[in-house]
Amino acid sequence: MSVDTLEHKEVGTHHDADGSWDGASRPFKASYGKLMMWYFLLSDAFTFSGFLIAYGALRMSSPSWPVPDFVFSTFPFGGHNMPLVFVTVMTFILLASSFTMVRAVQEGHQENQRGVTFWMVLTVIGGLGFLGCQAWEWNNLIIEENVSYHTNPFGTHVESGTYLAGDDHGINAGDTFEPGDSYLVHKHDGEWHNLKYEVTDGPEAGTIKEQAFGPRAFGALFFCITGFHGFHVFSGVVFLIIILVNVMSGLYEKRRNGYEMVEKIGLYWHFVDLVWVFVFLVFYLL
Amino acid sequence: MAHDYETGKKVAVKIITILAVITIVEVGFALLGKGYIIEGIEVPVWIMGGVMILFSAVKAYLIIYEFMHMKYEVPGLVKSVLLPMFLLVWGVVAFLYEGSDWNSRRQLIDNKNSEEIANQPQTTGMIYEIKKSDIQ
Repeated sequence: MSVDTLEHKEVGTHHDADGSWDGASRPFKASYGKLMMWYFLLSDAFTFSGFLIAYGALRMSSPSWPVPDFVFSTFPFGGHNMPLVFVTVMTFILLASSFTMVRAVQEGHQENQRGVTFWMVLTVIGGLGFLGCQAWEWNNLIIEENVSYHTNPFGTHVESGTYLAGDDHGINAGDTFEPGDSYLVHKHDGEWHNLKYEVTDGPEAGTIKEQAFGPRAFGALFFCITGFHGFHVFSGVVFLIIILVNVMSGLYEKRRNGYEMVEKIGLYWHFVDLVWVFVFLVFYLL
Repeated sequence: MAHDYETGKKVAVKIITILAVITIVEVGFALLGKGYIIEGIEVPVWIMGGVMILFSAVKAYLIIYEFMHMKYEVPGLVKSVLLPMFLLVWGVVAFLYEGSDWNSRRQLIDNKNSEEIANQPQTTGMIYEIKKSDIQ
């Protein structure tokens, strides 16, 4: 290294000021670290796309799919029938933390140590807030609604009918339903209660059936994909904290490339937000 | 940097506002289209899907180009990162097409299966076995 540096000094003209790359100039006018972060994010984008495409193919292959407005309609502190409200809150938390990250990077360009610290602390709080919301959502799905990677109690009716019995969750005996109506099969004391109903139209009118479970792949896809995204958020928070500590210690003040580490974690953090845009799209909006 | 500190701050506020508004519009549209806000109004699924995908693409553009500063990188970097993503167009088209084909085959098997059982109660063999394994 030291020999290299000497030679570059002699050659002079083509050597760039910061010397991150040992060649004469920097490809794409970007530092090594930022360029490699971009390529890592590209590969990560392919990983997520693979998951989302698998989700799409399995969803298309199923005659019905749980309706998001029905599945995601609960809210902490006992809220019910609030479709998509909670996940919108989650989205806003992540968006807000993306904004604070932008501000942290801008303060980094100004070499303003206190500014970077302030905005990065807010970003960490946003990341933790998002993870907390996700923990509540998962807990609600797993503990309250009994969704697991192999069982999906969220079903959709494919025919009209009349319930022969009720549950304690808003369905009474005699209630009717239409094709396309959603239901949740409940579980009490470890036993599933698939409600019985009488079909009221079509060639099978008059037969007695019971609520079937929904498409089996739903739980595994949901937990795998939102879990993989949540894991990205979690590791992002860990790296944000490490870099925050370095900022506060004054390490980057002394570095030749200044606050570039803040820029790199910023790229990663925006990518996590970007992935959420698409997870939000396919799981909650479509 | 292509812009100075003060304009940078303004741009960041502007972009986050646009992103927030788009998100609210998306959720509002999703609920409106399914008749939650005004009773009886329903928008066809393909229009809903198209609008949602369009909004998400705009959000993705704003995040990549403004927040991640792709706008200010040299063209070579932009191309080397964004062009490979177009491979996914094939992935999405091919796999969704394949998925819907699985769907029609499942329904075909289901239909065939109910015919066979009506004619011959003793039916055995592959179609019957598939029915037993409870395709969902």
